[in-house]
Amino acid sequence: MFDKFNLLGLGTGGWGAALLEAAAITLLLSAAGFALGIVFGGMAAAGRLSTMRFPRGIASAYGIVFRGVPDLLTIYLFYYGGSVALTAFGRLFGAKGFTGLPALATGIVTIGFISGAYQAEVYRGAYLAVERGQFDAAKALALTRIQMLRLVILPQLLRHAIPGLGNVWQLVLKDSALISVIGLVELMRQSQIGAGSTREPFLFYCAAAALYFAIAGLTGLIFGRAEVNASRGVIH
Amino acid sequence: MIDPGFLFEIIPTLLSGLPLTLELAGSSVLLGFVLALLLALAQQGKWPVVVWPIRTFVAIFRGTPLLVQIFLIYYGLGQFRPTLQSVGLWSLFREPYWCAILALTLNTAAYGSEILRGAIRNVPRGLSEAASALGLSRMLALRLVILPLALRQALPAYSNEIILMVKGTSLASIITLTEVTGIAQELISQTYRAMEVFIAAGAIYLALNFLIVWALSLLEARLSHYRVRA
Repeated sequence: MFDKFNLLGLGTGGWGAALLEAAAITLLLSAAGFALGIVFGGMAAAGRLSTMRFPRGIASAYGIVFRGVPDLLTIYLFYYGGSVALTAFGRLFGAKGFTGLPALATGIVTIGFISGAYQAEVYRGAYLAVERGQFDAAKALALTRIQMLRLVILPQLLRHAIPGLGNVWQLVLKDSALISVIGLVELMRQSQIGAGSTREPFLFYCAAAALYFAIAGLTGLIFGRAEVNASRGVIH
Repeated sequence: MIDPGFLFEIIPTLLSGLPLTLELAGSSVLLGFVLALLLALAQQGKWPVVVWPIRTFVAIFRGTPLLVQIFLIYYGLGQFRPTLQSVGLWSLFREPYWCAILALTLNTAAYGSEILRGAIRNVPRGLSEAASALGLSRMLALRLVILPLALRQALPAYSNEIILMVKGTSLASIITLTEVTGIAQELISQTYRAMEVFIAAGAIYLALNFLIVWALSLLEARLSHYRVRA
């Protein structure tokens, strides 16, 4: 019974090191995807809040599509669509055959795109939650628009956004497991490989579940700390 | 770049996966709701022996990816074939269909129980006190007062959860079930026309989500009919 656990050990013959390394890839993939999502989400939120119809329409369509369509479909779109475009591009320069996209970069861009759709909602809600008086006060101080956003609005917006962003981060972390379908050896894929070659799927998927659970718990603490930090000096 | 002819051509093929998507989503949402309600109610009592195992179950299913849960049930439990055979459950765990339903059900039950637990807690205390002042038993108060209010309050959050489940059924394609996403993946790998397939399959999911949101908002309006319109 217990000799099975040796399979998860860190020494030779153990998969522990490989799993931890894969967990690091999962963390990297999720963190980079989330960070890219800040850019997409910020732009989409600005679009949603815009008074012009065109950016508003584009931003809402982005949100509706990428929050409503299964993430797996989006992943296939980016991976196959991107690879086909890359192959066509390669042909121009005389490359032959099919060129696949690098899995990590594709994963980061895809997760960034999906999480951006969710983050946009968080930023939009947070912006609307900032008291209107703050805008008036900033104007009364003769701050420029950029100064107003940077010094007054953004810090307060962040405070309202952190709980929602924490939820999006948890979503991203779990979504990152889907990137395994395009062959990136992150935690999910590595445990599939381990399960296949040792014929111990139960053990390996339990290990994967435990690692995801640990990452989710530990990173959740960071968001909790950030929330406390951003609410300093706020009387409820 | 986008070929409209091809787009319309593949829609019937993709729609042939819709019954399976609906079956997976429908049965897991219904079974998951029943389980979620039981879990939420069981946590109203204060017995640690009941509450802690439920909390642990909920934390695990909310804290790990759905894909891991599906693999754990389908591939992981397959390892215990002799045991499952001896208790007569092997015919269930052998089928990707039942494994997917089980995984989706447990997953949505974990999320759903948290939604319902919050909704039950948010029913004003005065109402349950009023119910007991009327001499209603705890069961009767629950059935006539607490649950109707809690369920209505939970509806918006629960409709989000249902949408997530519809999206979640796409993962069943990874364990060989050919629902809409499974068919989409086959089409893409045969034709390499990712854009058209994404648009057609995406439209099916968006239409489905739209219908669900619309139906549930009708239900919500119906359940709120006693409210005075502002």
